[in-house]
Amino acid sequence: MVETLNSKNKIPINQQQPVLQVRDLVVEFKLEMGYARAVSGVSFDLFPGEILGIVGESGSGKSVTALSIMRLIPEPPGKISNGSIRFENKEVLELSYPEMRDIRGNNIAMIFQEPMTALNPVFTIGMQVRETILTHEKISKKEAQGRAIKMLEKVGIPDASARMKDYPHQFSGGQRQRIMIALALVCKPQILIADEPTTALDVTTQAQILELMLEQQTQIENSSIILITHDLAVVAETCHRVAVMYGGKIQEIGTVNQIFSAPKHPYTRGLLASLPSSTSIKDGKLYAIPGNVPSISDMPAGCKFCTRCEEVIDRCHQEEPPLHVLNNGHKVRCHLIEGEADE
Amino acid sequence: MSEILLEVKNLSVRFPIWGGILRQKIAEVRAVENVSFTIKKGETLGLVGESGCGKTTTAKAICHILKETSHGVVQEGEIIFHSENGPVNLLSLNRKEMRFYRREIQMIFQDPFSSLNPRMTVSEIIQRPLKIHTKMNKKERRTRVTDLLEKVGLQPEYALRYPHEFSGGQRQRIGIARALAVRPKLIIADEPVSALDVSVQSQVINLLEDLQDEFGLTYLFVAHDLSVINHVSDRISVMYLGRIVETGSAEQVYSSPLHPYSQALISAIPQTDPAKRSDRIMLKGEIPSSMNKPSGCSFNPRCPIAVAECSTKIPELREMNDHHSAACDLLELK
Ligand SMILES: Nc1ncnc2c1ncn2[C@@H]1O[C@H](COP(=O)(O)OP(=O)(O)OP(=O)(O)O)[C@@H](O)[C@H]1O
Ligand SMILES: Nc1ncnc2c1ncn2[C@@H]1O[C@H](COP(=O)(O)OP(=O)(O)OP(=O)(O)O)[C@@H](O)[C@H]1O
Ligand SMILES: [Mg+2]
Ligand SMILES: [Mg+2]
Repeated sequence: MVETLNSKNKIPINQQQPVLQVRDLVVEFKLEMGYARAVSGVSFDLFPGEILGIVGESGSGKSVTALSIMRLIPEPPGKISNGSIRFENKEVLELSYPEMRDIRGNNIAMIFQEPMTALNPVFTIGMQVRETILTHEKISKKEAQGRAIKMLEKVGIPDASARMKDYPHQFSGGQRQRIMIALALVCKPQILIADEPTTALDVTTQAQILELMLEQQTQIENSSIILITHDLAVVAETCHRVAVMYGGKIQEIGTVNQIFSAPKHPYTRGLLASLPSSTSIKDGKLYAIPGNVPSISDMPAGCKFCTRCEEVIDRCHQEEPPLHVLNNGHKVRCHLIEGEADE
Repeated sequence: MSEILLEVKNLSVRFPIWGGILRQKIAEVRAVENVSFTIKKGETLGLVGESGCGKTTTAKAICHILKETSHGVVQEGEIIFHSENGPVNLLSLNRKEMRFYRREIQMIFQDPFSSLNPRMTVSEIIQRPLKIHTKMNKKERRTRVTDLLEKVGLQPEYALRYPHEFSGGQRQRIGIARALAVRPKLIIADEPVSALDVSVQSQVINLLEDLQDEFGLTYLFVAHDLSVINHVSDRISVMYLGRIVETGSAEQVYSSPLHPYSQALISAIPQTDPAKRSDRIMLKGEIPSSMNKPSGCSFNPRCPIAVAECSTKIPELREMNDHHSAACDLLELK
């Protein structure tokens, strides 16, 4: 059992059999000077009923990880050059195009950061929701129409049956995100990947959308969510476990309590201390992590965080630390942490 | 700290919507309505509110850049700036007259990627306002650029590079250096850290605060992130659909908000610390468009405590406690 901070959201987690297993995932992009790694050796498990958060700064490889699971990495310039992604008993990276299409939507659905990129501007909303239902289920057009209206009502589109005839641009940003959620959930996926589902939205709308996502998902038994965001507080409030990414690697992974109450990696601690709401304000000054995120073509050898780390030692520049396993599944990639190596 | 630098009085801004074959005015967006606030010398006023509530429009009206960019815009009210030569209503000035005050009021923009000219070097970008507003010669300008780069934490060698060679946080520093070049009194910062990652966001906030101490700057700090606003501001004004619904000290507004909208907004901020979480007030529906605002109090269709009268009468901002005002007729005077 993993504990969460959010009482609304206590789902017992069956830790035995993960529904998704990502191992040693490496994704590269061809740049001017050759290939550079956007994701370099990411491994994690997702359990049935679990909400896993992935946090990290811009460019840390969150979206590329998500797109790999969906097999949506544009090739070229990208390529998945190593690793394995197992969903149930299938190797996702070896599936044919039709098999993969079957999985997308039926089993694994994704909500994108910018809803306009995922909604087709030339078709009505009704048509898009209805067609999604029809490609995955053998029911009549009329039944599909009814289901589509119900789903739009469920996600809070007022006057849903009249608005079936409207086009995406006729909806507000928050409403488009609700429609995306309807599209993603209409086929009851086992895994929902939400990539920054609320980043473009206002806080009051964000609260509505997160609540809606969790509510809908808890209605599908044993379904899991991967929630990608750079907002640590959103993760603290909604997830069971969190992976912190930097430089294309998971630097720390653990339960929400482990990460927020006892963060171990200097990067995680730095991020938490940087928040304006944090208690580590000295003489009115916020803590700031020095320097900038390096670009993927400019990653240091050794620990990816060594150029900005305030606790850096010589070894960090030469040798990439392994993920050390601490108690209860808490893992940290840092030379300063004692623990058994995981890799 | 008691001297007033800027007084905005009953500012209203309306944008025309053009349409039809004759490109006539067919409708109007009332982006800002009856907004009033004052900023004292050396203080930071935080202006917060959700997308489309009129924050940028208010900021641009003060900087006098609406007329040039929006054809047919109507601006009413007064924007009194207390310059060294006495008070002046900026709204009544024409473009040429404004030039004299422009060096005292500078703006920092949200988007560090589009606010810098990609074809100019950092040195040229920072020198531009100096060329326009001062009689400094080339050598003096170069020395000023070196000084400024150092002040904002960039190496002097960077002067000859172009904006695309920098990260978001570094570009925002260049924008700050440009704004500081002419030694302004008032800085209007429109979402200066919204596009930045948390780790870099705190670098830029700290920098702005250091510069404020060093140069005695006054800030109007616009943001939609309440925890950022709470950290940087002495006082906070909350906007909703073009109007200010609450004003008070940062402490008053953040810790004991009065207006039902401010309460919902603050309760919606996600918290990493479970101890800081309170019961979330979930609002119904979406923010209405500013083209067809609800009658009466604009917040009434989403307000958890609204009564029938709220849809007929527009509430005035009233002082409820010590310098703490809210625009809600349902609040009892203490
Ligand atoms: N199509 C592409 N071509 C080249 N580089 C890419 C491409 N897609 C992603 N990258 C690079 O891969 C790295 C990781 O990108 P990714 O989109 O996963 O970041 P992220 O963690 O999702 O960041 P953000 O918070 O900004 O969304 C970045 O440096 C990005 O520039
Ligand atoms: N030039 C313009 N012409 C017509 N309408 C405009 C113009 N500029 C702004 N508006 C409208 O005025 C209202 C206020 O916009 P403004 O940009 O001031 O909001 P904001 O509070 O800065 O929002 P955001 O947080 O999204 O930046 C919005 O409804 C906007 O669509
Ligand atoms: Mg991303
Ligand atoms: Mg704005």
